[in-house]
Amino acid sequence: MLKSLTSQLRTIWTILQHSFTKAETVQYPEQMPYLAPRYRGRIVLTNDPDGQERCVACNLCAVACPVDCIALQQGVKEDGRWYPEFFRINFSRCIMCGMCEEACPTNAIQLTPDFEMCEYDRSNMVYEKEHLQIAGTGKYHDYNFYRVSGLAIAGKDKGQAQHEAPPIDVKSLLP
Amino acid sequence: MSELDTIGFGLILIAAAVGGAAILTWFERRLLGVWQDRYGPNRLGPFGALQVMADMIKLLTKHDWVPPFADRAVFVFAPTAIVVAMLLGFAVVPFGPELYILDLNIGLLFFLGMTSLAVYSVLLAGLASNNKYALLGGLRSAAQMVSYEVFMGLSLMGVVMLTGSFSLRAIVEAQRDLWYCIPQFLGLFTFLIAGIAESHRLPFDLPEAEHELTAGFHTEYGGMKFAMFMLGEYLGLLLISCMITTLFFGGWLGPWLPPIVWFSIKVFALICFFILLRAAIPRPRYDQLMALGWKVMLPLTLLNLLLTGVIALLLEGA
Repeated sequence: MLKSLTSQLRTIWTILQHSFTKAETVQYPEQMPYLAPRYRGRIVLTNDPDGQERCVACNLCAVACPVDCIALQQGVKEDGRWYPEFFRINFSRCIMCGMCEEACPTNAIQLTPDFEMCEYDRSNMVYEKEHLQIAGTGKYHDYNFYRVSGLAIAGKDKGQAQHEAPPIDVKSLLP
Repeated sequence: MSELDTIGFGLILIAAAVGGAAILTWFERRLLGVWQDRYGPNRLGPFGALQVMADMIKLLTKHDWVPPFADRAVFVFAPTAIVVAMLLGFAVVPFGPELYILDLNIGLLFFLGMTSLAVYSVLLAGLASNNKYALLGGLRSAAQMVSYEVFMGLSLMGVVMLTGSFSLRAIVEAQRDLWYCIPQFLGLFTFLIAGIAESHRLPFDLPEAEHELTAGFHTEYGGMKFAMFMLGEYLGLLLISCMITTLFFGGWLGPWLPPIVWFSIKVFALICFFILLRAAIPRPRYDQLMALGWKVMLPLTLLNLLLTGVIALLLEGA
């Protein structure tokens, strides 16, 4: 009985000492918390260093997405590049897990440290390609998918990519 | 005071008590924030004090709904009972040598009667809601009342014995040499605990117990009816603080400052202490509450009564 009473009194004393400790609260809109550069927030589509869109519409992000919030359709440009005819992310479903970013073979889809996406209308949370596409390269400044891949596009034929030897004609006997 | 003055003072007192209770809702949250290392409501107005107005507007504009399965008349009556009973309790509190409404020669009994009536409000709300959580809250309230009312009255008998009167003014006057918190420290301790239980404050808010009973007796209440319960609870807190000040801390007595200021300072300190208890101590289990009441507090009160009687007799004989 006495033991529990002293325990209660000690609790009261401990709480009273908290009159002099600083509040832990971060007063959010006035006091922005630090977000690391790799914080997982709003998703963007990036361009390669030449200013062409990186996305090749391979659908791997849509497959990796655990909540199925990504929808896209592949198209082929006249120069041979693949591109998404439309690219749609439903951010009211998105859980910001970053699986799409990990799945992306061309570093096109990336997550940014922005999470302030407030809308009065839920349909405004559906972002189309023009909302997602940014002008910059995002986190990877030098990577250009078409310069390392074997796919032939206008201005870059087979064998002209980085670390790529010219193709061998296997039907020829000449050395 | 003339009759007109008394009426005027009564109206001021009601306004002050209700206003004070409203401010307390904000003050308590801010103070709890300080002790829990956060801020509490600090956005609206200076230090967030206008939060009270925002809450009031919200509660006033809410749909005033009575559930179809409830006992309508009792359901509507219950929230008013607690406010009326608590406000009546203020009638006998002497705020200064001349600042009081009633100087009953049984003022203390009147106070005890009024706080007991307030329990009916909780009980009836629990019954009329026709909801299992509300009923459980009401049941707990009844059990708590039965076990804590007993020693609440008894714990004050020591004070009455030393003063020789039930009049609250006489009790304050008798503390000119020594506040009763020293000779009656056991009485103070038991009355403090009974007072918390009586006003359903944490840690003795078992009738409400939002972790187990959603909201206990006022589960089905919303809007202004709910606000009345909250008002009643805070009025109870104010009343208990006023009574402890009067009975154990010399009421308006104190040097230099005017009597009403002394009274207010003491009441304010006690309210802060009550909020500290809320911040610090967890709610006991139901059976622990009953065991504490009957096995510890009641014997302590009786012991205090016995000792006070013996000492009073010895002093009288000497």
